[in-house]
Amino acid sequence: MSGFLLNRLSQSIVLLVIVSIIGFTVLNLMPGGPLAQFGLDPGMTQKDVERLAAQLGLNRPLWLQYLDWAWRLIQGDWGHSFRDGSSVLAVIGRHLLATLLLMGTSTALAIAVGTWIGIRGATHRYSLFDYCATICAMVALSVPTFWFGLIGIYIFTLKLGWVPAGNMYTIGDGSVMDYLHHLILPSLVLSLVHVAIWSRYMRTATLDALSQDFVKTARAKGVSERRILLKHVVGNALLPMITLAGMQLPSILTGALVTETVFTWPGMGRLFLDSLGYSDYPVVMGLLIFSAVLVVLGNLIADIVIAIVDPRIRLA
Amino acid sequence: MSKHSTTQSSYSRRDALRMVAIGGVAGLIAPNLLGKHAFARTSSKPSGRVIVGLGQEPTVFNPLMVHIEVDDGVHFSVFDALFRIDPQGVIQPNLALEVPNQKNGGISEDGRKWRIRLRDDVRWHDGKPFSAEDVKFTLELIMNPNFRSWRTAGHALVRDITVVSPTEISWRMEEAFAPYLSFLTETFIVPKHILEKEANPNNAAFNQAPVGTGPFKWGKRVAGDHLELVANLEYFGEGPHIERLVFKYIPDLTVLYTQFKSGDVDLVGQPYITPDHYGEAKTLPNRVVTLVPRSSFESFYLNLERPQFKELAVREALYAAIDKEAIIQGLYYGVPTPTETFMPKQSLYHNPNLPAHEFNLDRARKLLDQAGWVPGRDGIRAKGGVRLSFANSTTSGDPLREQAQQFLQQAFAQLGIEMKISNLPAAVMWGEFWQQSQFDSVIVGSTYLIGADPDVTNRLHSRSIAAKGGRGSNNAQYSNPEVDALLDKGARTFDPEARRGIYHKVQELVRRDLPFLPLYQSNAVQGNKKGISGVVPNGNTRTESWNALAWYWTS
Repeated sequence: MSGFLLNRLSQSIVLLVIVSIIGFTVLNLMPGGPLAQFGLDPGMTQKDVERLAAQLGLNRPLWLQYLDWAWRLIQGDWGHSFRDGSSVLAVIGRHLLATLLLMGTSTALAIAVGTWIGIRGATHRYSLFDYCATICAMVALSVPTFWFGLIGIYIFTLKLGWVPAGNMYTIGDGSVMDYLHHLILPSLVLSLVHVAIWSRYMRTATLDALSQDFVKTARAKGVSERRILLKHVVGNALLPMITLAGMQLPSILTGALVTETVFTWPGMGRLFLDSLGYSDYPVVMGLLIFSAVLVVLGNLIADIVIAIVDPRIRLA
Repeated sequence: MSKHSTTQSSYSRRDALRMVAIGGVAGLIAPNLLGKHAFARTSSKPSGRVIVGLGQEPTVFNPLMVHIEVDDGVHFSVFDALFRIDPQGVIQPNLALEVPNQKNGGISEDGRKWRIRLRDDVRWHDGKPFSAEDVKFTLELIMNPNFRSWRTAGHALVRDITVVSPTEISWRMEEAFAPYLSFLTETFIVPKHILEKEANPNNAAFNQAPVGTGPFKWGKRVAGDHLELVANLEYFGEGPHIERLVFKYIPDLTVLYTQFKSGDVDLVGQPYITPDHYGEAKTLPNRVVTLVPRSSFESFYLNLERPQFKELAVREALYAAIDKEAIIQGLYYGVPTPTETFMPKQSLYHNPNLPAHEFNLDRARKLLDQAGWVPGRDGIRAKGGVRLSFANSTTSGDPLREQAQQFLQQAFAQLGIEMKISNLPAAVMWGEFWQQSQFDSVIVGSTYLIGADPDVTNRLHSRSIAAKGGRGSNNAQYSNPEVDALLDKGARTFDPEARRGIYHKVQELVRRDLPFLPLYQSNAVQGNKKGISGVVPNGNTRTESWNALAWYWTS
């Protein structure tokens, strides 16, 4: 186990270095940069722009900027936002909870509903339910989420008036019920695509488990279908889902870019988009590293959990 | 939605009392139209809350740091500058007791010595008294080389700042520079007693929880969502009348409009209602939607060093071939206003007597014929080996401008003029390509004035041509000695009346020379709930929230 962890750790560090170098380079190669937005400000002279570039350290060679940034990061200093001077960790911290609430809810919803649809689709293969589920999943996977979001706002807010048109809570209210009320539409919209993914995976995994010898043996022994399903099939079918869940972990904390924008949700996805828009390099880099670490962690946790629940797998 | 009613329920007895006291609706509205603070302070408490929806998030709360327009609303509410500029473009005292000029002795005859008398009844939000030391500290902080300050123009000329007394400050200017007065209307004063303790003013805690002297105090901020300011009951001036002022960030402009429609947002701030929603917005019940002139001005901008554009006849012909009305009505939903000058209409210095543009293809054709530009074999006019063919560029991905380009391309083609469209991404477009005059022609919307001062040296003086080693943004490479002399004189002249004559003449000459073909002045489609009174647009500032201190709910 410790050998496995050590191995993983060294791989992760290499991964993080590569991600950071690519991210840093691409970011700086984008035309414009953080001071371009002041190019048309009549009161900012060229001298002002040059002064700011020097103050932000943007006039140094790129490799030096990268090394400086990486060295500080190793020491635990994630840098400060170009926009408002706040520390990057503070900026991330301010947006984390909002994303956790939205993504946590929608992921939980997606797993519950997706698992159920997947199992039912497999046990009732080629039934009307199965066909409907397949078609719906295909639609949900092919239509962009923002479209569902806008249609949802149009129908449920503007036409029916059932739910608010976005926002995390009503300013001045902020009770639990108020949060839940605001959570309904965005979490449903977000979970659509995840339900589709989960149900498809779950259906395949269940079908796979159903065709195993131990299921046939159980049937031959006269065990009830219900018992076979609960005792023998679901547990085995859920194993590959652990890996899928591990892959989903980062998105729970990094948020949804488009949905957060459509629903005015103050989360990490929108922070990322905004920071890109302002070329706020330190925050964008912080978010990149943050999600890379989460990807590594998510996969690691999934591997460990699988090893624990599946006695056939041993980590080496 | 429930929100709708909670927001509007902020009507209070105070409003009714005020109505009686002032003497009816006329009394309520008229003073606001003048942009003056309408009412004397009443003893009753501010009440209600206004939610301003913004399409970008305000994040910079230290008003001296480099920031964008959307931050201005917070600065105007939390801080005070020495002066304020009213909707008519007249400078009024704010922290200062009076506006200095050469008559009252505040500015010396040679324009280089400034003396400002300050109010003695102003306190910071933490209770400490405001004094001339704060003004000195502010002006020095702007020029601190380690501080990420915003504009330094004008401030860089200030020398020998002296605190004469807690209520009086003086300084010397390296040269007489009249625009500085209006720059000071955007220079908010920050507290010395808090910021002087900070080792690094760029990362100071103050920047995330500012302390000002303004009508609203810092409340709280939910990053990425909104920030809330609360009424400063000790404010020295009139107001505030609302208890809470909320700036809500809504990144998607369609959603911003939707939330205005649904009532979640009381007032739409920058970047306001998109033109395509203007028609519908006007018909919404219980909403007031108005077109507010902005300082940004759209033009068909020419590079005068290109041989095609050197001759005035060509520029006049191009101008005559532009059907402005068709563009404004057909593409821009009738929102912008046609103009003949870079000077915004709301400016004190706008010249209303410039010759009016007339769309006339026959005249355009005649002008070119008379000037000797004759169609060649390919149908394109030419003269002395120069073909009347040029490229036009603008920011790619701006569908309205791209459509305007195609429209103009067709109009010009009818005259035997070839216009090729060659658009670039914003960051490339406004970089060297623009600054070093590497374009033939561009369609550009830009603000010529700094802090509402009429001085446009940076844009029109021959000294300001970057491509010729100058310092400025005269990217058309326009050069007219008469204009140069007027601009030099205007920057040294302090009397607004005298300056008006100077800048009227500048506009006249520029309209005659046509270094750019003026298209229109931008208007913001502002909207607010009918129940909010005291909302007075001010095109001389960059924000809709410049006077939130005067807002109040009437219903």
